[in-house]
Amino acid sequence: MTVLGWLTIVLFIVVLTVLAMPLGRYMAAVYAGERTFLDPLFNTPERLLHRIIRVDPHRGQDWKAYAKSLIIFSLAGWLVLYFILRTQTLWDFTGLNPMHYHSGTWDVTFNTASSFMTNTNWQYYSGETTMSYFSQMAGLTVQNFLSAGVGIVVAVALIRGIIGRTGREIGNFWFDLIRTVLWVLTPISFVVAIVLVWQGSIDNFSHYLSFNGISGLPNTIAMGPVASQEAIKELGTNGGGFFNTNSAHPFENPSGFSNFIEMLDVLIIPAALVFMYGRMTGNRRQGYAIYATMAIMFLGAASVAYIAEAHGTPAQHAAGLHTQVIANSSGGNLEGKDQRFGIASSALFDTVTTVTSCGAVNSAIESFTGIGGAVPMANLSASEVIFGGVGTGLYSILLYVLLAVFIGGLMVGRTPEYLGKKIEAKEIKLVAIGLLITPLTALFCTSLATASAAGRASISTAAGIAPQGFSETFYAYLSQANNNGSAFAGYSGYIQPTAGNIGAHGIKFADILGGFDMMFARYAPILFALAVAGALAGKRVSPPGLGTMRTDNTTFVVLLIGVIILVGALTFFPALLLGPIVQGLTPHLY
Amino acid sequence: MKRDIISSAIGIIVLTLLCGIVYPLVVEGVSQVAFPGNANGQQVHVNGKLVGSKIIGQNFGTEVIGKNGKPEMQSGAPVTNPDPRYFQTRPSATVPADNDAATTFSNLGPNSKATLAEISSNIQAYIALNGKYYPGGLTAAKIPVDAANSSASGVDPDISVANADIQAYRIAAVRNLPMSQVHDLISKYTHGRGVGFAGEPGVDVLELNLALDQATKTTS
Repeated sequence: MTVLGWLTIVLFIVVLTVLAMPLGRYMAAVYAGERTFLDPLFNTPERLLHRIIRVDPHRGQDWKAYAKSLIIFSLAGWLVLYFILRTQTLWDFTGLNPMHYHSGTWDVTFNTASSFMTNTNWQYYSGETTMSYFSQMAGLTVQNFLSAGVGIVVAVALIRGIIGRTGREIGNFWFDLIRTVLWVLTPISFVVAIVLVWQGSIDNFSHYLSFNGISGLPNTIAMGPVASQEAIKELGTNGGGFFNTNSAHPFENPSGFSNFIEMLDVLIIPAALVFMYGRMTGNRRQGYAIYATMAIMFLGAASVAYIAEAHGTPAQHAAGLHTQVIANSSGGNLEGKDQRFGIASSALFDTVTTVTSCGAVNSAIESFTGIGGAVPMANLSASEVIFGGVGTGLYSILLYVLLAVFIGGLMVGRTPEYLGKKIEAKEIKLVAIGLLITPLTALFCTSLATASAAGRASISTAAGIAPQGFSETFYAYLSQANNNGSAFAGYSGYIQPTAGNIGAHGIKFADILGGFDMMFARYAPILFALAVAGALAGKRVSPPGLGTMRTDNTTFVVLLIGVIILVGALTFFPALLLGPIVQGLTPHLY
Repeated sequence: MKRDIISSAIGIIVLTLLCGIVYPLVVEGVSQVAFPGNANGQQVHVNGKLVGSKIIGQNFGTEVIGKNGKPEMQSGAPVTNPDPRYFQTRPSATVPADNDAATTFSNLGPNSKATLAEISSNIQAYIALNGKYYPGGLTAAKIPVDAANSSASGVDPDISVANADIQAYRIAAVRNLPMSQVHDLISKYTHGRGVGFAGEPGVDVLELNLALDQATKTTS
């Protein structure tokens, strides 16, 4: 470990907070329809879009109507994406398939379409050997925007439910979605994309470059519109890499500075949403309390990962390597890490992308130390509430807040209230089911995949039927259920003998189980979150009295952290023991 | 229901045009105008011929020719030996090594025997290449981790300065250059951390090797 390594982690959270506060203020104005400095640019396109799509943005929707629009729109997105990927060669006329890649098989495409629609970006395919530029742009990039938008609008709708004073309406899906795309996602993506190109990311439509290197060996270098996709991939907490090695690839993430920018890009909206929440409820301290909860858990996770990775692995030590920091070398576990990032920036990056539902990686999680690899798993086990995905993080932690309020109420023996609204049996049932769906789905799929030969077929030979093989499987279904998309990447669902999809076949079991894993664990909790919004929207607000439990002080932050850890630990501890913890505690080689 | 279906159908098409065509085209256009070198991958040409990208690592080796006069193959890729005249990049898990057209992680776990085997063979190869030039000889304990562990991208363009310093003895001997000149070149092509703190310094191997070729040409 080094001073600069720790400084990176501390500076990151400071810069993030400083940037997220004004963005939260801006986003509160965006969703309230108030004036913002980007109005002159986007007012006309917004009106035009409403007219073309034929929606009345001012017609309020109750939670069921809101959910219906959201589900149907997502389904339309799924169909278009599946169509584009399955007809990849049809679009050759655009000139955006210079490598003439064929279309993917139906099973892996089913998985990929479900993956991008649900903001997961789990990838059984590898970008540079399967996808045309057209598929990357018109297919995958579009869902990077829209799945992020869908996540954010659910959070906005839930907030409206919590603060709603009258009636049942929680906003209008189309109004929220289009505002998210135009006012929030597009401008930030554009700026970040240009910064990335300035740092060295590529953005072109060229044929791959083939040449002989200076020692005479043949080389091929992949090209493509990388920066535009990279920017929204991080911003929308999607995480699906343009290239197979994701943000480790120098064209996606060229420098230590671009790495820092990409980490900010991932967390900026999830962090800003919390401040936005404080503003929309009219009580900024509520937002600060949630932010403090998230930041404390985040710093804990990042620190553990950094310490573990700096320590090195049993395999390194058995080979006789020295893993402490020496002059001019980072030391530590550098297996699956690139030199320009080193230990701290790699551990921090993968923590950032696994607390959120991003799932991009700049280093191989499978090659992390046992404890280092347990950090991403623990992050996923907390159901993506430590900042979480864009939107999903906030609506999930709000469900936890309601649960914490309920438990706190039981402890002091008063009717639980949140922001003046009584939390009653109906709400708490919805909250409990909504929170348990994701863990249950993950565990169900993991057990199915470990217990069946068809599931074990996906385990990599190097990992084998050993703790590492279990970790691969568990991580795969945990990551897909949490719509994260990062992977112990040895786990495979697509077998490709040569680039371009010819002669390739999917591993059907993994593809299909994973596809349903992602869709179920995405849309069921969304429905429950919207139902909670609907249930709360109609409740009368009672003024706070002496006995009201406060939800904006340190005591509540501690209670909330306790509840999150308790639920995560109770559901996942046995599974974590079987995989990473066993590996972290023994120097034994399998 | 019907309204939602119509709006969704039109909406997805319009938004595909906006986010999937207009946005990437604008970014591409601006990048090509503002940073054409970067946007096209920082290509390096020598005598008008493309020899690589500054930020993509490559295998500075030569093919091993078998007894039948053809290149020896192993698991579908030609076997290569490192060219001792050049600084070598980090171990890579791609097939063949440093193949940017199909990048992959090694995905080797922390407690796996496969990992130990991979690291041990990397250490042996490194010692075989550099051991006889390094004063006092090399042992595993003296090898910096970046030389023994596979990179993430498989095309890591950089090596650590410690790694470069060890290889410098071989380069100076093979190329008959003074050590001080090799060290000057190493520090010339070492990039610092991002804004002074983020990430790690690294030596860009392609640029360094090209500069070496240049230096050898002028001295000979």
